[in-house]
Amino acid sequence: MEHAPVESTGIPNGKLGTWLFLASEVMLFATLFTSYIVLRVAAPSWPRGWDVLNVPLATLNTFILITSSVTIVMAHAKVLEKDKAGFRRYMFFTLLLSFGFLIVKSFEYASKFQHHHYPATSIFYAIYFTTTGLHGIHVIGGILFNAGLMIWGAGDGWEDPLFAGRVEYAGLYWHFVDIVWIFLFPALYLL
Amino acid sequence: MSDHKAHSEAAHVKIYMMVFGALMVLTIVTVLVSYLHLPPALGILIGLAIATTKASLVATFFMHLKWERRLIYGLLGLTVFFMIVLFAVPIVDNHGLKPNIIHYDQPAAEEAHH
Repeated sequence: MEHAPVESTGIPNGKLGTWLFLASEVMLFATLFTSYIVLRVAAPSWPRGWDVLNVPLATLNTFILITSSVTIVMAHAKVLEKDKAGFRRYMFFTLLLSFGFLIVKSFEYASKFQHHHYPATSIFYAIYFTTTGLHGIHVIGGILFNAGLMIWGAGDGWEDPLFAGRVEYAGLYWHFVDIVWIFLFPALYLL
Repeated sequence: MSDHKAHSEAAHVKIYMMVFGALMVLTIVTVLVSYLHLPPALGILIGLAIATTKASLVATFFMHLKWERRLIYGLLGLTVFFMIVLFAVPIVDNHGLKPNIIHYDQPAAEEAHH
């Protein structure tokens, strides 16, 4: 028995749920940005990001994340075009880029630890590790969901009427993770 | 119908690629501007403006907000409103906070690089 997405509000429930979830996520990250503003304004001194952090690596990660936003939106476009191979290709690239982001990030963290820079080192590093760490956890969450969709899509998921919607919601979440990075990057590294 | 859908999808793909290009260019611009080492206030203003533009491009096109329904706009409008309230509180109260919040002798970061 096939069932179409439920949309008693004119919008599929899954999409409305995803947006409500993202609204709560916006507030979660907004509290951290507020903490950043308060701590920075109140701190006796604040380092310039380029003095203490690796700007080229973070720039590379920005390119990686933006590209992965494009590949996941293409994966969804391929689902709408009923192009199964295309979907798998773009979702695979998305996963590859997501791992690339984590690998670059772990190099950054490793270099900080090597120089004995930990969250407890200073207020700057506390906010740096808290915000980028929470963002990193979101990247890992996205990888799990996207990998799950790829596996489901390889099996009977492809024929499921809810499949296209779920790929779209995975994309919405992933773009949100991209947007968070778009603000974290200048806030920590460039300003 | 599926023909129409495929057609509009192809139009979307074209838009996605243009947005992709714009995001890459804006990233390069924001990094280059940071190398000018502008005064903090000006730097923050420019950096925030570029980041907001990039985020809007992602939300409008990749997250399909351009083609979304009113319920979602309302939901997001409410979220943005409360987000601004959240940001405004410490800024408005900045005067009261500043002398009180951090006065232990730990510096914001070590002066030594790496």
